[in-house]
Amino acid sequence: MYETSYTRATSIEEAARLAAEKGEEAKYLSGGMTLLPTMKQRLAAPEMLIDLRHVGELKGITVDGRAIRIGGGMTHAEIAQSDAIKAVCPGFTSLAGLIGDPAVRHMGTIGGSVANFDPAADYPAALLALGGTIHTDKREIAADDFFQGLFETALEEGEIVTAVSFEAPDACAYEKFRNPASRYAMCGVFVAKRAGGVKVGVTGAGSDGAFRWSEGEQALSGNFAPEAVDGLTVPEGNMLSDIHGSSAYRANLVKVVTKRAVKKAQGH
Amino acid sequence: MGVEGIGAKVLRKEDRRFITGRGRYVDDMSVPGMKYAAFVRSPHAHARITGIDKSAAEAMPGVIGVLDGKQLQGDGIGNLICGWAVSSKDGTPMKMGAYPALASEVVRYVGQPLAVVVAETRAQARDAADALAVEYEELPVVTKAVDALKDGAPQLHPEAPGNLIFDWELGDRSATDAAFAKAAHVTKIHIHNNRLVPNPMEPRAALGHYDMAEDHYTCWTTSQNPHVARLVMSAFYNVAPEHKLRVIAPDVGGGFGSKIYIYPEEIVCLWASKRTGVPVKWTSDRTEAFLTDAHGRDHETEVELALDADNKILGLKVETTANLGAYMSLFSSSVPTYLYATLLSGQYDIPAIHANVKAVYTNTVPVDAYRGAGRPEATFVVERTMETAARELGISPAELRRKNFIRSFPHQTPVIMAYDAGDFEACLNAGMEAADVAGFEGRRAEAKSRGKLRGLGMSCYIEACGIAPSKAVGSLGAGVGLWESAEVRVNPVGTIEILTGSHSHGQGHETTFSQLVAERFGLPVDNVQVIHGDTDKVQFGMGTYGSRSGAVGMSAIVKALDKVEAKAKKIAAHVLEADEGDIVIENGEVKVAGTDKKLGWHEVCLGAYTAHNLPDGMEPGLKEGAFYDPTNFTFPAGCYICEVEVDPETGTTEVVQFVAADDFGRVINPMIVEGQVHGGIAQGIGQALLEGTHYDDSGQLITASYMDYAMPRAWDLPMFKVSTTETLCPGNPLGMKGCGEAGAIGSPPAVINAITDAIGNNDLTMPATPEKVWKALNAVE
Repeated sequence: MYETSYTRATSIEEAARLAAEKGEEAKYLSGGMTLLPTMKQRLAAPEMLIDLRHVGELKGITVDGRAIRIGGGMTHAEIAQSDAIKAVCPGFTSLAGLIGDPAVRHMGTIGGSVANFDPAADYPAALLALGGTIHTDKREIAADDFFQGLFETALEEGEIVTAVSFEAPDACAYEKFRNPASRYAMCGVFVAKRAGGVKVGVTGAGSDGAFRWSEGEQALSGNFAPEAVDGLTVPEGNMLSDIHGSSAYRANLVKVVTKRAVKKAQGH
Repeated sequence: MGVEGIGAKVLRKEDRRFITGRGRYVDDMSVPGMKYAAFVRSPHAHARITGIDKSAAEAMPGVIGVLDGKQLQGDGIGNLICGWAVSSKDGTPMKMGAYPALASEVVRYVGQPLAVVVAETRAQARDAADALAVEYEELPVVTKAVDALKDGAPQLHPEAPGNLIFDWELGDRSATDAAFAKAAHVTKIHIHNNRLVPNPMEPRAALGHYDMAEDHYTCWTTSQNPHVARLVMSAFYNVAPEHKLRVIAPDVGGGFGSKIYIYPEEIVCLWASKRTGVPVKWTSDRTEAFLTDAHGRDHETEVELALDADNKILGLKVETTANLGAYMSLFSSSVPTYLYATLLSGQYDIPAIHANVKAVYTNTVPVDAYRGAGRPEATFVVERTMETAARELGISPAELRRKNFIRSFPHQTPVIMAYDAGDFEACLNAGMEAADVAGFEGRRAEAKSRGKLRGLGMSCYIEACGIAPSKAVGSLGAGVGLWESAEVRVNPVGTIEILTGSHSHGQGHETTFSQLVAERFGLPVDNVQVIHGDTDKVQFGMGTYGSRSGAVGMSAIVKALDKVEAKAKKIAAHVLEADEGDIVIENGEVKVAGTDKKLGWHEVCLGAYTAHNLPDGMEPGLKEGAFYDPTNFTFPAGCYICEVEVDPETGTTEVVQFVAADDFGRVINPMIVEGQVHGGIAQGIGQALLEGTHYDDSGQLITASYMDYAMPRAWDLPMFKVSTTETLCPGNPLGMKGCGEAGAIGSPPAVINAITDAIGNNDLTMPATPEKVWKALNAVE
């Protein structure tokens, strides 16, 4: 790791001001589960880390009826253990409990994960399927518009994810097929069913990051059952390919994992 | 045996410090004035160094010195050696390329060190290492051994034309050809034994300290054999004279073979300490560990097995290409030869065997011994072939094995080894019963009803450990003897110190070695201190690898204990005015058999040191040493049975049952033996299912972190069902065989045999990742 400085911000305003002063040499830290290993390998060398994890305004979970809002500074463990979310949207708490290992879950935050948009991160699949909203210190952005490509989001320089929000669906579930080495999702699928239709968010498989599988959504909107996607073929062209799985294999996984997610959702 | 003697499950004495984080490892050591080293490593897999400009690095903050390979050579530091001379079948010696500790002309793998920076802090050293300006002229790269042998392949070393180190054979080719001519059935398969990264929990580290005032050197190093390190560093590398060099290997957090070798880093830290005048410490990070710890395995093999009409084996032919990486590591030549082909008879009576092994240079990390070292490769060849043959012949794999088991001992195989004892059928029966093989078809049907493909695979392994008879290995080219030494020092109050040349890096020696004293004299294990890992304390030793600390190291202790016991009895007989032959020692008392005359153990010991009442002519004191040279290898064997369930939609394999029935001879501490078997199986299942080492075409190691290198985790493994049977090894006083590597040796073929049984396709290489299994399934559907 190169030498760096660390500041624990106490408010969103302070964090944003520090970032604006320092410019590109500053990085927000919100758990650091990606950033710190990258810095240790000397692949990133920010001069200043601005820690958002202890900003009070980024903390808290509110559940109002079926409307859920989760502060950007909430850890995966806090989300996984939230009885309020679990009561209306157990698929989401279950997803949070499948992230990394206990150490990661107690350090990593939903704001950090969403802002980083790792192609194998779990939350983006859920937020896409749930039609979620990403709140920042400047605006609100629909998940469909927020997630744009590998590590690419709609966030502008210095913009802070303050919260995510979504409406609990009638049924939902997350199924995760892990990469044998990293144990990140090689294919993670979140399905969410509402009266108006079904949405399917897929992470870990796509070459452009998490995406919605629209063909699967159409089929499942007609018949919310695993066999509904049997006749579909997932195009390989948009799939990641690496030593752990070819694009053909990942395309197969999208279908298989979707079926399993649907089956799981039916169980709730 | 007593509550703490042989056979007792004594809790490990060393675990108090290990599990409370109070172990003392090399990185915990510090010396006043100590500074830090960072190595400059090649980013290229093959390149000529055309220039090094030190000015920028030397000007960096905190830098004390920047040293390169030319300076190292100029100071007369010798090239790294290979300690086992293997000749080609035409009689020519192996062709070894020069292996300098710091490269000065050509770099041949990514991560090879070419300079070192010593600085005030670790971070400053690293910053300056990054600032060293090195110019390279890139050269063509080859990473696969089979490709390196092809015409027109990039050439690594001028000493080894065609990248061929040796073309070696063992066994009788014409007798084997004749056997094949009579065959009713021949089974042929291709075997790929995947390259593995050792990944001990503690990365390597070295602290070199040259004391100018005393003209004395100390090297703390993560070594499995500190005495060998001292010998090699002094005799071959000219870093320091042996009598002025102290090597200390304190607590070491796992080795698995990778810490046998004397690496460039410890040589350079010692040399740099003298050059810069400060103690120099280096600690590997995990990336450096992936890039520079000697890897294991990496064989490609064609095998043919000939059987007669009665399914008796007639002969075995094996053609192996072994990738040794860019340089020959310390024991690299022995692994694919004398530790491999000598085990190709397996547990079977095979009249004729011929093995041919080509060892090859490639632009990859050097390959050397890794848990099992050659024997896992041999077992994989034999046991995959046996299972395949049984399937081709339509008979049960157990029956084919049973039909061909060696049943009388000693048994001379056609490939050097003379098996001394064993009962292979007993292991097979124990394994099959524990695995409920009879009930397998019912479980398979039940799994099918859940959409899962269930398969069963077995592996009947034999290995050779307790290495090794010095004269025998010397005649095969080894540069060292493989005996062990021990010293037993009895203190005046009767407590005991055992000094051993074995080295514990997780094996639990402090406990098992103490149990020998508990057994012998009836003293609590807490009264025994085991001292190892320091060349100033222990006179000499060959270290720990090849499951030798029990069969060889403990045998030396037994010999020293014999001498202590004999002298103690003489003293007691003299004091008690009894016949020496009537003295017995038990429960901490020295008694005259059949009488109430006795002395406390401590009284005899004190008497030895006061020397007030010793037999005429007896020297005072109670301290004895012994060297033990084994008469033969020992031959642990066993039967491993694996049951898997494959998810046909994703190709995921779940190991649902794993049975190990081992014969380790005499077991000193069953709990520690079980732990060794558990760890070995975990590594074996890791090799079979998870651990793949991948280089890209430019020679970059793309599995250089845990993001891409898959290590086994607890959730990948079932609860193991382990048991032992016992045939005593006739060759050593305790009848021990060795258990450290068996799990890693026996398990990979059992896993692959189970998966191929489940999916009905025998064409599957390790690691059997979900994608590979899914593809293999689709290929048959």
